[in-house]
Amino acid sequence: MSYVEIDEPGKRVLLMGNEAVARGALEAGVDFCSGYPGNPASEILEALAKAAKKADFYVEWSVNEIVALEVAGAAAFTGLRALTAMKNLGADVCADFLMTTNLSGTRGGFVLVTGDDPSAHSTTSELDTRNYARLAEIPLLEPATTQEAKDMTKWAFDLSQELGVICMVRTVTRLSHSRGVVTLGPIKRDKRSAEFSSQDMWTSGSSNIQCMFHSILHEKLKRAQQKFEESKFNWYVGKENADFIIITSGTGWPYSFEAVKLLGLENEVGILKLGTTWPLPEKLVASHLKHAKEVLFVEETDPFLEQNVKILAAELAAEGVGPITFYGKKSNHIRGEFGAGTGELNVDIAIRALTEVKKVPYPLRGKEYSEKAQKLLSSYVPARSMSFCAGCPHRASFWAIKKAAKWDGRDAIVTGDIGCYSLGMLPTGFSVAKTLHCMGAGIGTANGFGNLKEFGLDKPAIAIAGDSTFYHACMPALVNARWNGSNILLVVLDNNTTAMTGHQPHPGTGVNAMGDSSPRVLIEDICKAVGAEVRVCDPFDQDEAVQNLYEMLQNEGLKVMIFRHECPLAFPKEKKAKVYVDQDKCLSEECGCVKFCTRVFGCPGNIWDYEKGKAKIDEVICNGCGLCAKLCPAGAIIVEEVT
Amino acid sequence: MTLKEGLLNIIITGVGGQGNVVASQIFASAAVRDGFYVSVGETYGAAQRGGAVMSHVRLSEETQYGSLTPEGRAHIILGFEPVECLRTIGSFGNEKTKVIANPRPVYSIDVLSGASKYPAVEEVLKSIKELAYSIQVVEATELAKKAGDPIMQNVVMVGCLAGSGFTPVKVETVKDIIKETFAKRRPEANLKAFELGLREIRRTKPL
Repeated sequence: MSYVEIDEPGKRVLLMGNEAVARGALEAGVDFCSGYPGNPASEILEALAKAAKKADFYVEWSVNEIVALEVAGAAAFTGLRALTAMKNLGADVCADFLMTTNLSGTRGGFVLVTGDDPSAHSTTSELDTRNYARLAEIPLLEPATTQEAKDMTKWAFDLSQELGVICMVRTVTRLSHSRGVVTLGPIKRDKRSAEFSSQDMWTSGSSNIQCMFHSILHEKLKRAQQKFEESKFNWYVGKENADFIIITSGTGWPYSFEAVKLLGLENEVGILKLGTTWPLPEKLVASHLKHAKEVLFVEETDPFLEQNVKILAAELAAEGVGPITFYGKKSNHIRGEFGAGTGELNVDIAIRALTEVKKVPYPLRGKEYSEKAQKLLSSYVPARSMSFCAGCPHRASFWAIKKAAKWDGRDAIVTGDIGCYSLGMLPTGFSVAKTLHCMGAGIGTANGFGNLKEFGLDKPAIAIAGDSTFYHACMPALVNARWNGSNILLVVLDNNTTAMTGHQPHPGTGVNAMGDSSPRVLIEDICKAVGAEVRVCDPFDQDEAVQNLYEMLQNEGLKVMIFRHECPLAFPKEKKAKVYVDQDKCLSEECGCVKFCTRVFGCPGNIWDYEKGKAKIDEVICNGCGLCAKLCPAGAIIVEEVT
Repeated sequence: MTLKEGLLNIIITGVGGQGNVVASQIFASAAVRDGFYVSVGETYGAAQRGGAVMSHVRLSEETQYGSLTPEGRAHIILGFEPVECLRTIGSFGNEKTKVIANPRPVYSIDVLSGASKYPAVEEVLKSIKELAYSIQVVEATELAKKAGDPIMQNVVMVGCLAGSGFTPVKVETVKDIIKETFAKRRPEANLKAFELGLREIRRTKPL
């Protein structure tokens, strides 16, 4: 049993930020949870799914984020406590429902948790979802520590239920994927029953009704604001009535605290840490603006607090507050490597801003040391690009696509999509994919590329999609291609799991979030029903894979190739084949392949024996797939099946 | 033993797939059990292997720090891979940083393709030594093979960290956490890997 589930109030445990969110939901007595996997938020639902049976609540991985928010919304309408978790771009997917269910309201506590990814470590956008809270006019909480991730999630249910509106909790990668000490509270378990009477009506309305609901939403937001004025998640530390204050939220809090400490500014600077950031607790903020001459904003991604506080300061000016000099993103003091408002925040950025504004020195390492480090780093440290894992079927699929496109000779346009196989744009995927945006954009843009013949672009369009991505976002574009006659080949890389986010099940796996068996929804059945030409093969059967792809590229209309091979990390083989190089057969530099295995194929298991000048297999890394043996022109790589 | 500066920053560095997260989790859990405030910052996200990864483990007696160590402030670096160890000390090290390093290289695809060059391991270790207060080199992968599987080099390295005398976390506590963590996954082999690391570090002189 994980720490998320133990019922020992008062115990101090180490929890990941995402686990802390899950624990908060358990302590709030959550009934119904949903979500779609996405970094950095995936572990929230995973932790809840593990705890669900014992604590007797419901968890589902939904097919995508809008369905997730809708199923949870229904549960909340009936009075249940519901939570939906997703990554930042998931908020885009569910935005339609969010912008209407905010108006319809809720009976049970209804909490949306979004995980933002400043620096886009594993995302295609560092979108700041706090803007959605402002756009949807719903209360927003921003935890700064793992303890707060738990406590705020718990409170968000009470707040939502009391106000009758969905509440949002925003975390970021550096909280979601960090671990910290959390003191546990009691797990709450009041089994609620769902109620829906004939008098119930849940809608955003339209026309005057919509305007009336909109005005009610504004009233709810005002009540939220009153509560936020007194919230224990907002505090001020440091010098009383300081001239210089930092206003911060989320991970900005520990960074600001440490920066002030390292610079020895504790007696000069005050820090106003806000946990309830929309609507702004205006009275609290105003009470500190009144004594401030200078304000520095330390927050992740967008100047959200910065803009909202500046509006407040403009209003307060009429009451004689200010003038205040503001520093932050606009002034370019809080800036990442690529400028203000880009990249992840850290202590060093906060330190730099303070040294620039306060004109104080920061004795980091000696200059001599830094110069030496810089010199050694630049002379000795090679690049380390990401690659597909050893034995990954995607490498086989991209090699087949590259080869088939070459045979075809018409310079096919390959559109990429979201998953491990996004790496198809990089050398590890032989740089085959040429576009990458959001879930489902591969086949969507392929629809367009495949319909540009009359504009003089007559190249085949090949769209890539993973299995989970297919269910999530590809089906409408698939139907569109059939309907509008777009000439495309969709290649589904079906590895029987949602690999990128940590191997969650999907509609094709025959299992649901709680581990129960479920009907398998087969990709080929859907594609056939739409009217596509469908073929299925294992990409490790390279010759067959390339031949099939080539043939399909010659056919007109909508075609779907399903490359099916399980992810070896999710389904490890009990016994891996032993792969080694017969160095007598390896022709080394003399071979026309010019080190094909290491130079082109790029599997981290294929290494070079510099002493002997021959190819070699790294036995620790090799996964025994044997694909390199099929492609080695000298037949020097030997695969021995272990029985 | 207490923390001299009120804060101890440990960075575990290596390559995706080497078991960084498990190692940091074991050590951090032990520190929590010994009563410290602990923050752990991980490189997660990309499930793919082969990228450079780091775990920051920060121990404090007084408060919960953020999960990222500021530049140049690592007290201890546990290097699972030599070049990554150099990369990390270059950014986070200072004259007082102590290093324990596994010298076994993991070649990046950039190196394998010929786009980048991997330096001689001796050169890398020499460079680390130039930047560190001390460096102890432990053939952790070889020891892990002795324990039954080279993949357990991370557990060997946790043994090294526990036995180094550089941290206030009790060896017995780390051992207890190892037992709990691997209760269902090769408990004996993992414990052996831990003990091999523990023993090896105590007889490994700095370079």
